[in-house]
Amino acid sequence: MRNAVVTDAAAAIAGLRDGHTVMVGGFGGAGMPPAIVRAVADLGVRNLTLVSNNAGASGDDLSLWFRQGLVRKIICSYPRNAKDFGAQYRAGAVELELVPQGTLVERIRAGGAGIGGFLSPVGVGTLFAAGKQSISVGGRDYLLELPLRADFAFVKGREADTLGNVTYNKAARNHCAVMATAADTVAVEVDRIVEPGALDPESIVTPCIFVDRVFVGVTA
Amino acid sequence: MNPLGRKALARLVGSQLPRDSFVNLGIGAPTQIADFVPPAAGVILHSENGLLNMGPAPLPGHEDWDLISASKSPVTLAPGGAFFDSSLAFAMMRGGHIDVAVLGAFQVSQRGDLANWSTGLDDGEPPGIGGAIDLAVGARSIWVMMDHVARDGAARVVAECTLPLTATRVVKRIFTSLAVIEVTAEGLEVSALLDGIGLDQLQACTGAPLRTAARVGSIAADGGLHWP
Repeated sequence: MRNAVVTDAAAAIAGLRDGHTVMVGGFGGAGMPPAIVRAVADLGVRNLTLVSNNAGASGDDLSLWFRQGLVRKIICSYPRNAKDFGAQYRAGAVELELVPQGTLVERIRAGGAGIGGFLSPVGVGTLFAAGKQSISVGGRDYLLELPLRADFAFVKGREADTLGNVTYNKAARNHCAVMATAADTVAVEVDRIVEPGALDPESIVTPCIFVDRVFVGVTA
Repeated sequence: MNPLGRKALARLVGSQLPRDSFVNLGIGAPTQIADFVPPAAGVILHSENGLLNMGPAPLPGHEDWDLISASKSPVTLAPGGAFFDSSLAFAMMRGGHIDVAVLGAFQVSQRGDLANWSTGLDDGEPPGIGGAIDLAVGARSIWVMMDHVARDGAARVVAECTLPLTATRVVKRIFTSLAVIEVTAEGLEVSALLDGIGLDQLQACTGAPLRTAARVGSIAADGGLHWP
């Protein structure tokens, strides 16, 4: 029988290399997988392209990656109030691709769903239209937005079963459930792992077909 | 007459939200409107991070950091609330399912162009766009809540925005610390004025031509709106 369980965060990120593209779930701290974020910092891989809604605050979060200079480029919607990212950004040490949040998550969804791009009205007539193809449909202007995929997606779930089915906790679902569809290797940090059949099938948000690795994070 | 403070302005906006409407309150000043929406209004609050029917802040000691608002502050879920992922949260915006979004702004033009994102050019911080741009394009009605003039006295209701735009021709109604202004096809129309302010005074600190609506309400110092 399929078994997605790995021992710890180090095993969950095995195979991560310099230059990889990595999605990290979360809206602020909710949905960010803390043990995985620390494990990547410990591994010290460099030149990462990071896809994330935020860029850490000032604590034990993605700030670690910026403090250590692991990230070459971030694709992000709201990297403000992020002390360590801000310092790297001002020093010109990290490239920023600023993306409207709804466009960011839809690009990830497209990447996970095999969609070659989509037309969004968001950004028409603004700086966010720069470099994008404009297409008019039914008299309304849209921008062609391209899909995003990653080598790894790292997200936080609430419970998983050993097959890799995942539930989420409250508003910590946010970008996690979408990122979990859009990477070659998907690792989910959870609070508890149960046997197949123990999760209510109606409560499973990310079916195991998307999930490669699950492990229990050590809760602080 | 002193301009309306943030609380009074939040009370004014909160009193005008349509009954039983789906509403998104932007981060910053609009967040405070939630405290002034009468429960009987039946307004259902949406949050971009995957909440519908968002409730007030929890009591001290009951914070759950997996249950936060778009401002990343702890909140609660009201009875009948729901959780969903960010893709669905933004489908609700772009798909026209949100009745009203109230956003802060730096500038609004006479055609309803909106400039409200932090470019970082003024504060040396990285820029941030977040989800306000998706709301601005997608919600059925965009209301802006802001001080009538900038700290240096410059007009914020203008003929043309000089700051980078968030969206073009989207703002329907502007609630400022001095007036309520409707954005119409014929230009800006004042539908309510703060008590003690005349149209001439308002025009003097506004960067685009104003005319008055057929009926003009008066705004009390506490944000209460009264019709003649």
